Amino acid sequence: MRKALNYFLLSPALLISLLIVFIPGLLTIIVSFTDWNGVSTTPEFIGLQNFNELFVDSIFWQALFNNVKWTLIFITIPIVIGLLTAMLLLKRKRTKSVYQLIFLFPYILAPTTNAILWLNIIFNPVSGVVGYLQEAGIPIDSPLSSMNTALYAVAAVDVWHYWGFLTVVFLAALRQTPLDQIEAAHLEGCNGWQLFRYVYFPTIKPTFNILFIMIIIFSFLTFDYVYLLTGGGPSHATEMLSTYAYTFAFSAFQVGKAAAIALFMSFFGLLASCFYIWMSRNELKN
Amino acid sequence: MKSRTLAKTRQKSAFSHAILIIFSITALAPLSLVLINSFKNQTEILRNPLSWPKQLNFSNYVEAWNAANLSTGFINSLLLTGTTIVIVLIAASLAGYVLAGKRIKAEKGVTIYFMVAMTIPIQLFLFPLYFVLAKFNLIGNIFAVSFILAAVNMPLATFLMRTFFMNIPGELEESAKIDGASTFDVLTKIMFPLVRPGLITVSVIVGIAVWNEFLITSTFLQGQENFTATLGFLSLNNTYNTNQGLMMAASVLMIAPLVIFFLLVQKYFIDGLVSGSVKG
Repeated sequence: MRKALNYFLLSPALLISLLIVFIPGLLTIIVSFTDWNGVSTTPEFIGLQNFNELFVDSIFWQALFNNVKWTLIFITIPIVIGLLTAMLLLKRKRTKSVYQLIFLFPYILAPTTNAILWLNIIFNPVSGVVGYLQEAGIPIDSPLSSMNTALYAVAAVDVWHYWGFLTVVFLAALRQTPLDQIEAAHLEGCNGWQLFRYVYFPTIKPTFNILFIMIIIFSFLTFDYVYLLTGGGPSHATEMLSTYAYTFAFSAFQVGKAAAIALFMSFFGLLASCFYIWMSRNELKN
Repeated sequence: MKSRTLAKTRQKSAFSHAILIIFSITALAPLSLVLINSFKNQTEILRNPLSWPKQLNFSNYVEAWNAANLSTGFINSLLLTGTTIVIVLIAASLAGYVLAGKRIKAEKGVTIYFMVAMTIPIQLFLFPLYFVLAKFNLIGNIFAVSFILAAVNMPLATFLMRTFFMNIPGELEESAKIDGASTFDVLTKIMFPLVRPGLITVSVIVGIAVWNEFLITSTFLQGQENFTATLGFLSLNNTYNTNQGLMMAASVLMIAPLVIFFLLVQKYFIDGLVSGSVKG
């Protein structure tokens, strides 16, 4: 009786998730082996054809490679900025909360707003800062329009919006470091780096690991800023698996192929998820 | 000797302040550019986007508000966000309660399921869902979309609620049950009042996420009359990309309510970010 009641209490959350995430997710797996266009009621099974076509599609590989680049950027730059600023904030008693709020402003704004404001006031070659610098005689073009720089320009906007989140989370984790350890390290004459490496970092390691994995997972899913700033262009220079799948589904109506790419993205996420679950196994046990 | 170390500490402190100020400027500079240019007309912006506006001209704001149809947009955004928060609060708090107390055998399985659901790409379920909803004529239906957004936010909300329930001593529930309270009484009279900060935190985290959402809302909320404020704002960019002042005024209209809301609920928001990721 009591047991049934508990399942009943769990059911709204579980049902919503199963109906909207799990079952359509299974459908996507099935669809990836068909030539479904989204409307036809008689899609045909075509086996591995979608996957085979993707494997010889150079844009697909480019997108995958871009996702890897994106991951490398995000597991380094925002993490370094986040750790640095969090360490600096640790010693600021009065100004800490003000800095935290300022750093979070870009994070709480909508990707749409952030992308459009950068697109207009910074990157616009006519009326933006880039255009102004051109007028002033500095040979600069919108970094979004060059194949060599577009990816970094998009990543820069996303990093600008994201790093404040890491600062706040790292700061909260750093503050859990036992005081006596910090004092002992000071007595031993540790310098700043040693203090971080041997006293603070071990404390925040669990948090650091979780965020690290999350960043890798979400780097393979990244969509908003790329889609809004470049739409994957110029000539696929910023194409990601997510934008490529989206184009297949809603521009080319090759839903089967879009599904195949989505499966690919999930595969990387799932690898990282397994790793994540494996790391939090102790928490699951007790 | 002592004064030298003191000077050194001062120097260090000034240096760290300088770095923090540089990062603050990085965070704020683009937003300040938006604000100053929102009062200018196109010629003024073309001349110099970095200059102060000559006068505080609010005509861009009026024009932007009407062109982006923000009256409808904000109502739709409120409706979408409100509905999603209600769905998530009810479902996630009940699930969090069950998972926190290890009340069922399948607890571990359900936890792992939600962990995976939290990290899978939206694209994994987006396409079939879209074409099914299209079949039932639900594209543009705000309530249907709030269920989708609720599903997307459910795992994190459930985990947050689970953490809040775990912090309530088990003896409270046990003694209430010995006194003859039913599970319903325990939930409504003891548990929910105690996790009220958790409910606010989840509302704030989910609320901001839904308000800002792009991929799902832009896919499912088609038709101008169903646009959220975000989508209405986005639609401006195609037609008014040669009217920078108007775009900047529209951006301020998007930024200001969020910043004010954030400043009001910062404690809960930061609390949510932290308890979602800090392990210790």
